[in-house]
Amino acid sequence: MISPRYAREIPQRYQLVAARCTSCGTIGFPPRRVCKHCRGRQFEPTKLDSDGKILTFTIIRVGADRFSKQTPYAVAVIELNDGTRLTAQVTDCELESLEIGQKVRLVFRKIQEDGKAGILCYGYKAICV
Amino acid sequence: MRDVYVIGAGMTPFGELWNKSIREIFVDAAMLAIEDAGVDHIDSLYVGSMSPGLFVGQEHLGPVVADFLGVTPVPATRVESACASGGVSFRQAFLEVASGVSEIVLAGGVEKMTDGADVTEALATAADQEYEVYHGVTFPGLYAMIARAHMHQFGTTRQQLAEVAVKNHRNGMKNPNAQFRSEITNEQVVKSTMVADPLRLLDCSPVSDGGAGVILASADVAKKMKSRAVKVIASTQASDTIALHDRTDLTTLGAVVRAAEKAYAMAGKKPSDVNLAEVHDCFTIAEIVISEDLGFFEKGKGGEAVEKGLTARECGKIPINSSGGLKSKGHPVGATGIAQIIELYEQLTGRGGERQVKKANIGLAQNMGGSGASCVIHILEAI
Repeated sequence: MISPRYAREIPQRYQLVAARCTSCGTIGFPPRRVCKHCRGRQFEPTKLDSDGKILTFTIIRVGADRFSKQTPYAVAVIELNDGTRLTAQVTDCELESLEIGQKVRLVFRKIQEDGKAGILCYGYKAICV
Repeated sequence: MRDVYVIGAGMTPFGELWNKSIREIFVDAAMLAIEDAGVDHIDSLYVGSMSPGLFVGQEHLGPVVADFLGVTPVPATRVESACASGGVSFRQAFLEVASGVSEIVLAGGVEKMTDGADVTEALATAADQEYEVYHGVTFPGLYAMIARAHMHQFGTTRQQLAEVAVKNHRNGMKNPNAQFRSEITNEQVVKSTMVADPLRLLDCSPVSDGGAGVILASADVAKKMKSRAVKVIASTQASDTIALHDRTDLTTLGAVVRAAEKAYAMAGKKPSDVNLAEVHDCFTIAEIVISEDLGFFEKGKGGEAVEKGLTARECGKIPINSSGGLKSKGHPVGATGIAQIIELYEQLTGRGGERQVKKANIGLAQNMGGSGASCVIHILEAI
């Protein structure tokens, strides 16, 4: 990993900004250049609902090297109340008590340290509500 | 489109090939295939390889292997579709012969995974780097999430997952090229080290080195050669969203469903016509889901099917992974798709030895990349 990739301004990662298709209303997260539903090309920014639920999850016991200090940690596929789906870690919880259907909220957290320089990389994680 | 035949095959043993480099592994497999076919030249070659750049620091693999195989200046192309690289390599060779551009093409695959790279990270590049891997997802993690959804929705059990590994090890014991030629028990699987809940170490295919190659040829060439031939009666491919979270149904692999529909239509066959299948059991749950999505079993019944022995080699309704599958045979990712074709070729020509499937006339190979974002399917028929 190299840091310039994460030095870009990434509103979807830091502020949950998605793109709503002005033709059909489908929300693209992350924002797309072409609507996956109607192939429209015009979008308006929209902020995602930060609340949702767990559709499925796992507890990673063996991670890639750059996540090895964090293991074990939970990762889930989450469906937000507006229907958007994404993948995020679930944090500040009892790993063994997680269940499908668990209500969660996305919060701003440190995700990883990048490369040998250890540049801090941020984004969203989920907490149980 | 012209008819296309497989007329020869060869592979290295899969496993930890410490004293061989990636080019040596490929050349060993390719020479076995060329000698098996008995051809004196090839018109071009494809080499499926997922990530030689990350695993051993070598890109531009096409000419590397052509050079050391001694076949320059024939066109030599590396094909990449993550763990489906081998299957896609075969498909490119198929299309080249079918189109009439070439008469004899080598389709190969190779991976060298044990040279010290961070394998977990290298494999994870087949997922969505910015929206899955960034958050710490691993490949066992993605399939673990599919497994949990499948268990939740259909009642698939931990023991049923383990039965896939038990069966594939039992088959692999009879495969001289398999990485793990040892029987395992259901209890050993469910007590092995947890990797990503609910998947444990013995649910996962291993990290492997290995190479495989087959020779494809036109009908004219196939008739002239003394080697045994099987006909390729379907070659199809499909894609799906790169991220697992974007799939409408987390328990179905859409690319497998699409590629299978097209394959059955192209071959003029239905699932019940298939006598044996090699499928992409990178994790035990994958084989269960694929056996449903290929139409062998009703959705949600794949776990029950393996538990009842319906996929066993000896007396199954549809023997799956007679080779030992990725789980026991090993999974050098770029070589896997070709090794699946080799198993079908050997079975359909009656060279399956101790693991020969009875009445093997039609075989299906299903090879998949990522968490199912790409899938390539081939159906072969004995002649």
